[in-house]
Parts: sequence; C-alpha cells; structure tokens
Amino acid sequence: MALRTLTTRKTLTTFPQQLRGLQTFTLPDLSYDYGALEPAISGDIMQLHHQKHHQTYITNYNKALEQLDDAIVKGDASTAVKLHSAIKFNGGGHVNHSIFWKNLAPTKEGGGEPPHGSLGWAIDQSYGSLDKLIAKMNAEGAAVQGSGWVWLAVDKELKRLVVETTANQDPLVTKGPSLVPLIGIDVWEHAYYLQYKNVRPDYLKNIWKVINWKYASEMYEKECP
Amino acid sequence: DALEPYMSKRTLELHWGEHHRGYVESLNKYLEKDDILYGYTLDELIRVTYNNGNPLPEYNVAAQVWNHDFFWESMQPGGGNLPILGLLQQIEKDFGSFSNFREEFTETALTLFGSGWVWLVLKRNEKRLAIATTTNAVTPLVWDDIPLLSLDMWEHAYYLDYKNDKARYVNVFMDHLVSWNAALARMARAQSFVNLGEPKIPVA
Repeated sequence: MALRTLTTRKTLTTFPQQLRGLQTFTLPDLSYDYGALEPAISGDIMQLHHQKHHQTYITNYNKALEQLDDAIVKGDASTAVKLHSAIKFNGGGHVNHSIFWKNLAPTKEGGGEPPHGSLGWAIDQSYGSLDKLIAKMNAEGAAVQGSGWVWLAVDKELKRLVVETTANQDPLVTKGPSLVPLIGIDVWEHAYYLQYKNVRPDYLKNIWKVINWKYASEMYEKECP
Repeated sequence: DALEPYMSKRTLELHWGEHHRGYVESLNKYLEKDDILYGYTLDELIRVTYNNGNPLPEYNVAAQVWNHDFFWESMQPGGGNLPILGLLQQIEKDFGSFSNFREEFTETALTLFGSGWVWLVLKRNEKRLAIATTTNAVTPLVWDDIPLLSLDMWEHAYYLDYKNDKARYVNVFMDHLVSWNAALARMARAQSFVNLGEPKIPVA
C-alpha cells in the first residue's frame, strides 16, 4: 500500500511539470572529432572541454532552472532572484560554448579559411585587414584578467562590427543588447592550459587556423543582408 | 617536488616559475616607469593601486605577487591535519566545529564562479574568523581584513594535476597541503592588531 501512495504521489508531481513544459538542455554534439582540430587545439583539451566543462554547465543550468521554476510557482521571490547568478553563469556557459563549437572547424573542412563575401568586406572596412582584426582580438583576449571570452560581434542596430570581451561566462548581450556574436574565443585557462600552459598568446595565435569563418559569415549575413 | 603527489612538480614549476615570476617581472617593469609608486612596500602598493575599487593597472600584478607569496606559505609538505591551540579554539568558536569550517570552506571554493581565491580571514571590525572569496586578483587586504590562509582557485593552480575535478583538489589541499603552522603564526601576529577576547589585566 505504501508503494501505491509512492507511485501516485510521483505522478502527481511530474504531471504538472510536463504540462508546464520545462525544457531541459542536453550537450550538443560536435560536428567533428575531438582530434580533428590538432595541432591548434589538442584532442585531450577538446574532449575535456566538451564532455566535462560544457556538460557541467548544462547540468548545473538544468538544476538552476528547476529550482527557479519551483520558486516561481511557489511565489518565492527571494530564491528566484538569488538563482540569477547561477543561471547567468551556467546558462551563459552553455550558450557561449554552444557557439564556440560552431566557431571551430577542422582545416580540411574550411577551418582557418578567411571570410569572403560581405563579412570579409566589412572586416576590411572596419579594421583595415583580417590580420589587423586578428591582432586586435588577440591583444584583447590576452589582456582579459582571469577568466572570460573575446568576441567578434555585429551590432544589429548600428550594423557594424565590434570586438568585445566578457568576464567569466557572461553572455555577449551583457555588453550590449543589440550585439550578435559571430566568433567567440574561450580564454578561460581550461581552454588551453594542458597544451599551451600559461602562454595564452600562443593559443590565440594558433586558434585562428581552425576558426570557422563560414559560420561567422552566415550569422553576419543574417543580420546585415 | 616536495608537495608531490598532491601538487606536482610540474604545476609548481609552471605556477611559481612562470605565472608568479611573470607577475613579479611585470610589476618591476611598471615600477621602473612610475616614480609616484616607487618606494611603497608591497602591502601599501596594493592598497594604493586598488584605488577603492577602481584598480589601476599595476594593481593586478602587485596583488597577484602578494597573493602567490601568501599562497605558497599557506602550504607545507606534510600539511593537513588540524589546527592547534588558540587557532582551533577560535575556529570552533566562530564556526561551531572544525568540520563545519572545512565543509563551508570546501563549499565556498567549489561554488566560486570564474577565477579567484578562497581565504580564511580574521575580520578586523567584527573580531571574528570568516571565510571570504575574492575574484581574480582581489585580496582581503584591501578591506583591511587579515588573511590567515588562502587557496588559489584559478584554473592554472590545479588543472594540470586534477583537470576539472575541483572537489578533489580542495579536499587534497585540506587533507595534505594546508599549513596550520603558518596560519597559527599569522594569527598570533594578527592578535597584536585585533583584540579577540578580554585582555588579561593583572590585578595586583
């Protein structure tokens, strides 16, 4: 009889949740093998980064969302607000890394191939040349204190390219609500330490060999047709 | 390699030899150029360049030099175990028990977002021990509190040895590396600045 009450109670609690449709997130697959980005980024780093770090962000994000959902239903404002930093950090981590995986491609699939079309033209217009843009992004990326990201973004209101940095896992929109990320480079130490140790500038120099400009061009053309 | 197998020789070579050394060299380079800042002691330099929350560029390197010095001295080979004497008493008074303290310290270290440090500090105004976290290069010195122990939670401190298993790193630190002797010495010195109990005034 105890078993019966257990099962009925369980269905009572899960049923309304399914009605509300709380979506959980899962780790997106990479479209290339872990070792496909060598020698720019080692297979070990890719595997750890994807399977451990990104997965942890997703797990904690799902947990925080569940807790938030609970707090909202119960009308618990202080818990709901307290969860915001966990959501920004873990949710941001998930969002940022999902973009990052698409920003990378093995050289034989076009990684490192400079952008053509409107994005290439816009880069030359705003920065003079692709090399100058890369130098700028590398300088800003190396200067990030502690953990963060360096971004190439397009401001969809002003229709121009922007180089920005964010701290920790803050998503790019925290720097400007109309910024759309084109390329993000993870400069957290876990992204390069096993291979490049503390020489972040070397990591930044080499990562351009596997940057997927095709994705960036697609995103750019969507905002600036 | 004295801290093996808990902190590998390779980590120390990199952490001390490259990161810490890099900070020292950058700081020296800054000080060469800047006449105003020359002549301060490191502690004063940190407070001045912190600029009440709007840190000057020298702040990061100065504070990281100090932080790392402090961190190396917070560890010892054969460390771990329990604090003794007055420090243990104070911990029990302010946290309830040593295991409460250890749990809170571990929990704090694991929930730190991004790069930073976890500290056991003596709070000057509240006259009690507390656990503090700081991000990036911030140090409790800037709030005028007295640090007793620190743990570097920047990824470079543990990544080579533990990859992303922070929990294991923190537990190993508490079990095998933390130097309660250093903390005790620092506590003794701190008591000349902070009155923790009633002073024993002789009657006759």
